[in-house]
Amino acid sequence: MPEELYEIETDVPSNTVEEFLRMDRMPHIWCPGCGIGTTVNCFAHALETSDLNLEKVAVVSGIGCTGRVAGYVNLDSFHTTHGRAIPFATGLKLANPELKVVVYSGDGDLTAIGGNHFIHACRRNLDMTVILINNFIYGMTGGQVAPTTPMTATASTTPYGNFEQPFNLPYLAESCGAVYVARWTAFHVRHISKAIKEAMAKKGFSFIEILAPCPTLYSRRNKLGDGLDQMVYYQENSEIKHGADTKTVGIDFQSKIIVGKFVDVERPTYLDAMNDYYQKRLGDKYIPYKG
Amino acid sequence: MKADPKGVLTGAHFIDGDHACCEGAIAAGCRFVAGYPITPSTEVVERIAERFPLIGGIFIQMEDEIASSIAIQGAVWGGKKAMTVTSGPGFSLMMEHIGYAAMTETPCVFVDVQRAGPSTGLPTQPAQGDMMQARWGSHGDYSIIALSPNSPQECFDLTIKAFNLAERYRVPVMFMMDECVGHMTERVIIPPADQINVFERDFYKGPKEEFLPYHTNGKLIPPMVKAGDGYNIHVTGLTHDERGYPNITVATQEKLIPRLINKIKMNADTIADYREDQVEGADIVVVTYGITSRTAIPAIEQARKEGLKVGHLRLIVVWPFPEKLIREIASEASAFVVPELNQGQIVYEVERCAAGKVPVELVPHVGGTVHNPKDIYNAIMKMKG
Ligand code: SF4
Repeated sequence: MPEELYEIETDVPSNTVEEFLRMDRMPHIWCPGCGIGTTVNCFAHALETSDLNLEKVAVVSGIGCTGRVAGYVNLDSFHTTHGRAIPFATGLKLANPELKVVVYSGDGDLTAIGGNHFIHACRRNLDMTVILINNFIYGMTGGQVAPTTPMTATASTTPYGNFEQPFNLPYLAESCGAVYVARWTAFHVRHISKAIKEAMAKKGFSFIEILAPCPTLYSRRNKLGDGLDQMVYYQENSEIKHGADTKTVGIDFQSKIIVGKFVDVERPTYLDAMNDYYQKRLGDKYIPYKG
Repeated sequence: MKADPKGVLTGAHFIDGDHACCEGAIAAGCRFVAGYPITPSTEVVERIAERFPLIGGIFIQMEDEIASSIAIQGAVWGGKKAMTVTSGPGFSLMMEHIGYAAMTETPCVFVDVQRAGPSTGLPTQPAQGDMMQARWGSHGDYSIIALSPNSPQECFDLTIKAFNLAERYRVPVMFMMDECVGHMTERVIIPPADQINVFERDFYKGPKEEFLPYHTNGKLIPPMVKAGDGYNIHVTGLTHDERGYPNITVATQEKLIPRLINKIKMNADTIADYREDQVEGADIVVVTYGITSRTAIPAIEQARKEGLKVGHLRLIVVWPFPEKLIREIASEASAFVVPELNQGQIVYEVERCAAGKVPVELVPHVGGTVHNPKDIYNAIMKMKG
């Protein structure tokens, strides 16, 4: 087909989020109906409506379907190794504290292979925002069971269904010391954007879990329909409960989902704690660390 | 550039190799260290933890060596010079991130104070068993630089050199100490800051619109930028093009991988560093590195006393291996003797370059202590023919 056929001039303005994306890398690799792109759209909206200096915003991803987010955002962006986005982000933030560091990665990446780093970053209250896309499964590698797969759900490595208890991630994050914890689903686009803005404005370790459909692997294997069907499930089964006790927000297979902002507290960040403590302990000998 | 005087403890010190390595890093301008406790390297980071708060550096004890080895790379992209410090088991855990540093061309220093392995092995005792791992331990094809000090003074001097090489070539540099050198206490002279040469990172200075993070301008090493400078860089461990964008094609791989190897290979002569002692005209040449260069001396001297022409070639830069030099020696001398605190690693490189022209005799050791010079002497005598 001659190429000219596609060069149609229109008056339709381009999508305002394009500025925040690497349009020269489109089309992206995500499957039709995948929820990851929806969340990236929300992230871009959050940036668009925030007054952040975007030169100072950096995105760090690990490996996996969500790990590809770093490659599509038009910011300083780092696609690191599997599970290690948080320790990379730790070095980046501590080296250059004026950066707003956002870790954007998947459930398997951040809580299985990267679980150790996740809990320690919460404990240290490192000043970063972690956006975790939970699709209940390993997408990139072909639908294997994850630490988030609900019990009885089928995955390629649990062909008879999963019998392992999954993580309740908001509870994990809160108990390890995160100062901001929220959960939304890909259906709650406005809430996601708002949560991302709030989390990025928050000093300390902020954590947002976003449930997102993986129609290709999770939904297909579990006969849950396509991406849209999963959105309908989110719509019909989500209950917004701000301030809910995170102990009570675990997720069972296709059951009710508690969403909302669960935790929003204050605690000194790693760098503030370090500077305050050393100043007290070492007095004038200490040069407060500014990067 | 000269060293920042703030961190330089000019004067004579009586310190061990681990502490000297710490001082070398500070003099080189390192201001970010991430590490995880492991014998016999811990003293390096203990001293860093004490020194850094007073000179504006930041030390973080991470949750493991995997985290340490990637945190330093985040710090480098944040603009710092950075290193991590470990020993055998921790070094094994860091392998994936050596590959990441090589692929993303992130300059950083990995200190490995070698102990006897495999596995937990002899945690408090020396070995040189990680020399091949340092070169080949991460998957795929890439290149690195590795240095091997033999004294606390060299732990200071060569740590500075390690940082300078890392920055110049944008590679991870392996600083291959061993327990003996790490825990050996000797006099260390720290020169005035204005006598210490420090290579500063080559930051891109051209127009922003034209910036391509992996464009080398016909050279082998691209300039760097750091996060927060408004370049919207993308860095990935995937095969990438000049924009830094993933491009999973053979064509891009063919452009990228040879350059990563060639930037070291084609500069091998400049990077090379070794000491020759009566190598010219020698019949037998003893090739050593690190602590073994010191245990070999009594053996070499004894053989010389007995009238043998024995040369001593000590490698300071072990990787890239000085192929040309060994080839040249192989066409003059009649044999090589290679003592190593392992069951044979660098000896294979010597054999490869000798290419069957002359015999190569390994003096192996299981590690845990150093060679008895007698064993090296016996090997020399065996090769005299
Ligand atoms: S495999 Fe699943 S998570 Fe990955 S892109 Fe496809 S739908 Fe999304």
